[in-house]
Amino acid sequence: MKKWGWKIATVALLLYTVTAGFLWEVPRLHIVNETIRALYFHVPMWFGMVALFSASAVFGIRYLRQGQTHHDLYSASFAHAGMLLGTLGMVTGMVWAHYTWGTFWHWDPKQTGAAITYLVYLAYFVLRLSVENTEQRARLAAVYNIFAFAAMIPLIFIIPRLTDSMHPGSGGNPGFNMYDLDSRMRVVFYPAVAGWILLGFWLAQQRIRLKNAEEQLLEHEYEQP
Amino acid sequence: MSWLTIVKKELTLELRKKSVIASLVLYLFSIVFIVSLSFGQAGISPVAWAALFWISLLFTAISTIAKSFIGERRGVFIYYYYTVSPGQLIMGKLAYHALLSCLLGLGGYGLFVLFLGDPIRDHTVFLTAVVLGSVGFAGALTLISSIAAKTTNGSVLMAVLSFPLVVSILLMAVKLTKNCMDGLGWAASSDELVIVVAINSLVTALSYLLFPYIWRS
Repeated sequence: MKKWGWKIATVALLLYTVTAGFLWEVPRLHIVNETIRALYFHVPMWFGMVALFSASAVFGIRYLRQGQTHHDLYSASFAHAGMLLGTLGMVTGMVWAHYTWGTFWHWDPKQTGAAITYLVYLAYFVLRLSVENTEQRARLAAVYNIFAFAAMIPLIFIIPRLTDSMHPGSGGNPGFNMYDLDSRMRVVFYPAVAGWILLGFWLAQQRIRLKNAEEQLLEHEYEQP
Repeated sequence: MSWLTIVKKELTLELRKKSVIASLVLYLFSIVFIVSLSFGQAGISPVAWAALFWISLLFTAISTIAKSFIGERRGVFIYYYYTVSPGQLIMGKLAYHALLSCLLGLGGYGLFVLFLGDPIRDHTVFLTAVVLGSVGFAGALTLISSIAAKTTNGSVLMAVLSFPLVVSILLMAVKLTKNCMDGLGWAASSDELVIVVAINSLVTALSYLLFPYIWRS
């Protein structure tokens, strides 16, 4: 029950998010209209990506300090799941932007930051592919992961706040506070955040198990030719 | 050995060989030459000036700093391994690269003025930005170069790994340059300058902390 609990919770939270998110009343705002429902999908997906990338960096640090192989596997799997949530967040954001700004891609500072973060993690995966030795790959990847994570923070959190942006929550545009006035949205938004973050960790766990199983299969073949 | 000894050693070697400095100057010169030829008599807009100036600085810095670990001979590595602590080594390399890219930045500015004119109105702020931006490039690229040196396709990976990390410095630098073209003064540029200084110190501190783990392998 303990092992299953958080997965049941994930399914319940996401079912609730999807049904309540599409069916319940939302405030009517000029231009934004029904697209305000993107708050239940787009924003929590970014939260999930940041949570997973943070976990990936934390396990990178743990690998460097303790040198245990499974920490490297955790770190890589969290980065993979974070990338998936980031992709979903970017796609939902582009759909939203298509209806409210008129274009899919606008070179808004937040979009630029997201695109660069994307490049950073693609480079991280390329680095992992180009080192043969397992131990060396783990160490180099952990160093790059921590370095990249520290460089990502100013991109996503500081630079967009300084420049003019059409993105809600920066450059003088109304952000969360406007939605927070409406407690009807809050009852869906917070469960949605928890649900998407948990889904990310669930996916990462699946990848960890898959890789462990592959490892065991290899060992099995090695023992019995 | 301390980090100052490393800076001194790199400088002496560089001045003795001269090939590196000569090739870098020629590299920068070719970039400026190509840019001015392709824009021709029509002249270049200030925005394009700023963008091209920083992009050529970035590429020169990448190809300079890539050599520091990728091109070094094995014997030198073993010598360092026994005589220097990793912290001192990375600080020495970083300081030397910062010095080199500052010189390249100022030289590049000279060449741009010579061939493409000088759209800068606020020279003190601009030169501060050039120095800070070059130090930032050196800070971010030195650690990446030590990572890339350990892989099989080092020189390609160097560009792939470093580009996303220096983009934030590059964006700030281009914005600072635009401010200087409009002659807006210190007050308008202080935010960007503070960010570049913050990124520089962050990147330097991280290099110092993380380099020992790469050095050990």
